[in-house]
Amino acid sequence: MPELVHSTKVKTIPKVNDFVVKFGNVNGSGSASANNMFAKAVFRMGIPVSPHNIFPSNIQGLPTWYEVRISEDSYLGRREGVDLMVAMNEQTIKEDIDAVIPGGFVLFDSSKSLNKELIRDDVTYLPIPLKDICLKEFDKIAQRQLFKNIVYVGALAAFLNIDFKVLTGLVSDQFRGKEKLILPNIHALELGHQYASENFECPLPLQLKATNKNEGKILIDGNTAVGLGCVYGGATVASWYPLTPSTSVVDAFSKYCNRLRIDPGSGKRKYSIVQAEDELAAIGIAIGAGWNGARAFTASSGPGISLMQEFLGLAYFSEVPVVLFNIQRVGPSTGMPTRTQQGDLLSCAYASHGDTKQILLFPSTAKECFELSADAFDISDRLQTPVIVMSDLELGMNEQVCDQLVWDDKRLYDKGKVLTAKELEEIEKFGRYQDIDNDGIPYRTLPGTHPNKGSYFTRGSSHDANAAYTEDGNVYAEVMDRIALKFETALNYIPQPEISGIDKNRLGMIYLGTTTSAIQEVLDSLAKKGISLDTLRIKSFPFHENIKEFIDGHDLVYVIEQNRDAQLKSLLKIELNTNEDQVHSILSYNGMLITAQHIEREILKSMPTLEATKDVPA
Amino acid sequence: MSYINKPKFQHPELEENEIGLTRRDYEGTLTTLCGGCGHDSISAAIIQAAAEMSLEPHRVAKISGIGCSSKIPSYFLSKSHGFNSVHGRMPSVATGANLANKELHYVGISGDGDSASIGLGQFCHIVRRRVNMLYIVANNGTYGLTKGQLSATADLGSKTKSGEESLYDNIDMATLAIELGASFVARSFSGDKQQLIPLLQAGLTHKGFAFIDVVSPCVTFNNTDFSTHGYKNTWENYIALSQVDFVPMRREITTSYDAGKEKEITLHDGSVIHLHKTGTNYDPYDKENALHHINEHKKKGEIATGLLYINQSTSDLHELQDTVDKPFNRLNNHDLCPGNEVLRDINETFR
Repeated sequence: MPELVHSTKVKTIPKVNDFVVKFGNVNGSGSASANNMFAKAVFRMGIPVSPHNIFPSNIQGLPTWYEVRISEDSYLGRREGVDLMVAMNEQTIKEDIDAVIPGGFVLFDSSKSLNKELIRDDVTYLPIPLKDICLKEFDKIAQRQLFKNIVYVGALAAFLNIDFKVLTGLVSDQFRGKEKLILPNIHALELGHQYASENFECPLPLQLKATNKNEGKILIDGNTAVGLGCVYGGATVASWYPLTPSTSVVDAFSKYCNRLRIDPGSGKRKYSIVQAEDELAAIGIAIGAGWNGARAFTASSGPGISLMQEFLGLAYFSEVPVVLFNIQRVGPSTGMPTRTQQGDLLSCAYASHGDTKQILLFPSTAKECFELSADAFDISDRLQTPVIVMSDLELGMNEQVCDQLVWDDKRLYDKGKVLTAKELEEIEKFGRYQDIDNDGIPYRTLPGTHPNKGSYFTRGSSHDANAAYTEDGNVYAEVMDRIALKFETALNYIPQPEISGIDKNRLGMIYLGTTTSAIQEVLDSLAKKGISLDTLRIKSFPFHENIKEFIDGHDLVYVIEQNRDAQLKSLLKIELNTNEDQVHSILSYNGMLITAQHIEREILKSMPTLEATKDVPA
Repeated sequence: MSYINKPKFQHPELEENEIGLTRRDYEGTLTTLCGGCGHDSISAAIIQAAAEMSLEPHRVAKISGIGCSSKIPSYFLSKSHGFNSVHGRMPSVATGANLANKELHYVGISGDGDSASIGLGQFCHIVRRRVNMLYIVANNGTYGLTKGQLSATADLGSKTKSGEESLYDNIDMATLAIELGASFVARSFSGDKQQLIPLLQAGLTHKGFAFIDVVSPCVTFNNTDFSTHGYKNTWENYIALSQVDFVPMRREITTSYDAGKEKEITLHDGSVIHLHKTGTNYDPYDKENALHHINEHKKKGEIATGLLYINQSTSDLHELQDTVDKPFNRLNNHDLCPGNEVLRDINETFR
């Protein structure tokens, strides 16, 4: 189709290090590693990049996308619109081509001609006969299929000006130990590169230019960082039930334990991983281990978290430390299991029946996934209560550029108030739930510590300060009040919100977790329009008092979150009694990461006096 | 009232065991169960079993679910830590506790509602995982705390006090345990201390998952003539496949046995179980044989009791997972944290 190539009618705007490349593939076709190679090549060229894997709940045959945002300004959230679409999936090719912004590009397999209705006159087509090339060059059926993906990556290298050495380096790294695979992969890359260079004017107006923006940075997904955080935080027991998108947390823990937690002398393991029969057993095992003094965790998502509710109440009321990772996905019910949401804020904040409250931590980057995971064990041991780390699918399963991980070697684990045999000797009478220090945190003992002192009965039924069963309502109420006091003390141990410019501006924004990825872009874009806002990023629950002060200090605060029911706004209202007129919700709940463009549109919409300018995509 | 402590007074001549403790040191709080409840006999049997074995009470952890049965841990070994967890979920809590510290004895107490209905899944999986513990089901065929509904272990045709008949086949916890790979399976009767105590001692000593199904009549809701879990039926149809004696490792064998007429099973620590033959030549090492015997007796309306099955060659969960000797709960920063230098290398793999 020569008429589609080098279309002179299409007006393109040159873009360097600031565009979106999206791959539309069929899942199970081997595209994931090729697409990942592309993103990693951009990263190795020193250019900030954020890949987003948009995948089906399926193993083979359904559409899957990989969206790579490239931004020298380090805007690592999603951006609407696609500059270059690699359209490899016939099922979705129409919508994929439609998603390209005017002036953009479409790379497709021209072994078969393109249906006329797919031809737009405002985009440039880059036809490459991927199937034909692979048929000619490779003998094995599997290779003919798999290498189509590698060939288009090679072509992209020519189109976008990727340093070819970076790609060959990646291939060598990827197949270390399987040297036989290196040469055919490099050959496939060369085929694509050669075809593009010979048939098109390369590079395109979309170009990559190496920078040093990624110095000191790594490209890592949140769940891997969580798994590492658990290793560094001293977890020894992981019990879990497979559930997307949380599965890779335990995969990572397993991988690093296998490397770092084998006793050098005996070759034995300093950890245990139990794949439980369901999520009830998963958290039950973790609670049993926590009760007996080992650091234990489980990882799950919405449906599994729902099953854990009863046990979370037990751990809250009987005051047993346990760490739970909730990699949130779209609910209710099975919902969209492979899409992202911040939909479990309310159900986790007050998880279980009766008066309960849970400690929540909200990482927003992979680095924070590492740090807060390790911190979660200290916080849980210190407060003797569950800690739920609230990640989401977007953060957990996608790689992102973040600062490299650091561990302070002087740091010691805070095991909290656990009495030793010697300490038990020195006290007259041990009472498990006595508030000796007036901070609401009692002292605990571990089974087997002392022959005569310190034993007690842990129970989810009402108990007195000595852990004895009671149905005396006043005694019950005293214990509940003491636990409430413990949650006030908790504010000293859980991370403070991150606040910029309190009282500087009339307007503010409150957000948490992955919403953060869009914020700097919103601020910069609005600043150009003369609008400036202060920001507050929540890092934990229960809320610190300065969140209330932030809200009170502004005329209007946008509460930005990724769910339908404004759960964060509700939580702020319940906990801090915020004034309804002072907060304005900005919501996104289509299963995709919230974009800066959406937030900006919503902010501008709420300000009728300000005219929305044209550079905000409609 | 369980929160009332028993008086400290004790008989001055109460016999001390090898570690200088008397029976009183193994007791718990006063029972709140109904007078005559089979479960109280189980508590008493555990107290005697532990005292005779000179078990250190604080080296035992007692874990239960919810229900009348799950109250039992309050009534023995008050110097042990106890954990009354969630209905049907004792197995998971016990698994976690065991993972955290492999050095203690773990006694799980559950009931037929707790283990055969709401917690049947957890029961099956703890058997599969071979957690090193003694798991006791106090089995009365009824839901006591909610006033007498049928449980899943109630035999087909068995009737509740209110006359409700069980229309469904029952779940036999002992055969289930054998089939799923439990390495020590016994059945007994709360009314037969002589049999129950040595079985408890052997179960506590056995390395691996030991299961004892104890028929323990509910005097209030399920002790009628139409109930197969009442005292009358149990006494009448109770068949001991073997008579059991337990000789702890430390104790010199003083009793004289007729060597020709008994089986001797030496446990991993040197303790010995003596099985006195009762007619049939019962072989507790043979899984198929055990299942066959239990089912044959069941067909006749009889309850086969005694040590039903034992296998001492299986590995427990810690061995299967090849965990370090030191209990996890004593590992510290130095043991667990790889440090920043290692993290620097890990960072390099993400560039």
